[in-house]
Amino acid sequence: MKQRDGMTLIVKTVTRISVWLILLYGIYIILHGHLSPGGGFAGGVIIALALLNVMLAYGRQFIDRWVNIGFLHDLESSSAALFLAMGILGMAVGGGFLANFISQGKLFSLLSAGTIPLLNIIISIKVSMGLFVVVWTLSVFHLDKGGKEE
Amino acid sequence: MPVETWLIFVLGFMIIGSIIALELKDLLSAVISIGIVGLGVSIAFLLLQALDLAIVQFLFEIFALIILIRAFNGKEYHIQEPSKSHMIQSVVTVAVLLLILILSINIFRALPEFGKPIFSTAKHYIENAAQETGSANIVTAIILDYRAYDTLGEVTVLFTAILGALAILRTRKSNGAAGGDNETA
Amino acid sequence: MTVYVLCFILLLVGLYGALTKRDLIKIILSLSIMGYAVNLMIILFAYRTDGSFAILVKEGSNPNMVDPLPQALILTSIVIELGITAMLVALAIRLFQQYKTFDITKIRRLSG
Repeated sequence: MKQRDGMTLIVKTVTRISVWLILLYGIYIILHGHLSPGGGFAGGVIIALALLNVMLAYGRQFIDRWVNIGFLHDLESSSAALFLAMGILGMAVGGGFLANFISQGKLFSLLSAGTIPLLNIIISIKVSMGLFVVVWTLSVFHLDKGGKEE
Repeated sequence: MPVETWLIFVLGFMIIGSIIALELKDLLSAVISIGIVGLGVSIAFLLLQALDLAIVQFLFEIFALIILIRAFNGKEYHIQEPSKSHMIQSVVTVAVLLLILILSINIFRALPEFGKPIFSTAKHYIENAAQETGSANIVTAIILDYRAYDTLGEVTVLFTAILGALAILRTRKSNGAAGGDNETA
Repeated sequence: MTVYVLCFILLLVGLYGALTKRDLIKIILSLSIMGYAVNLMIILFAYRTDGSFAILVKEGSNPNMVDPLPQALILTSIVIELGITAMLVALAIRLFQQYKTFDITKIRRLSG
């Protein structure tokens, strides 16, 4: 939790191994949102928690060095517009706002259900990036006990 | 054992947890007790066969706990000096809430019995969702196909809430303090 | 019926906290308790005796499913609640910076 260099070596090593598994699990939950419980919201939070895990273990400076927070924020904002664009595309191709205009495919196969997996991916980007940016901004205020501005 | 017995057990657990969370003096313990309540909700969703909700509630509860602990850890709790007016206020509030509870028992008697819902619109979704959308998970089919417009509104609300949080937290750039989304240390 | 009453008691506990506590953090916690109670109540209305989850499985699924519509509505509600919690926490942190206290009776003076 110290702003200088994060937690101990043990925590850092475990994080280095486990964070990829957590990310993989999040992607699995997102892509199988139309076949099993889960979906964009749950998967997005798992990905945000993986990033948060790195931030807690390695400290905020590490995140600042490797990740461009402005880019994450842009990604989050553009995914909301992307959702709207999918809706308008449905209006143009399928004849209704947010219409399911792609072929539905075979039931129980991964590539099925038309636009639902695409919308799941967009929502997961939105949720994960938004929540991570909020926690990143909150962490600025962690050490000072008030009165930063004065 | 029937589901209802389990639910009564979990709900009693949650009520005790929430009372403890509200009455504890230590902030960290209060936040952890709220975690008990949230995870109890997750278990209740699992018992009620709402699998999507159980996963989402579990994850969001963990996330909320991390936010609350990181934000409020180390801040000293303001010790509330026991004043007489506050005592009277608490007693009156408890009395009024108890009155509301007693008066509302009749309303709960008028509701349909537990396990026999009266909703009938969902019949169409259960029978036709697989053919119409190709999605095996009917809840996903509803939130992203039949009622995707709701989800658009929800995405907008989440976007606005996060923007609001960022706008509140942004410090003035002229002071040179860290903060704001474009500035990296 | 007992389940509904217990769920309502949970809501009232949250209401009690929001009305009597003077600490901003306790008020945030009370609001989230009320949110849990409302979500749980709506899902309780949707349950069907011996119902199964609303997901089709390959090996032939139980036709007696629970109602998926309230679940879809509550799913969005949970997400919004987290956004609201994050925003309230941000507000509380800013107020703490300004006034050095979480006590709402001392925050009354609006001069910075």
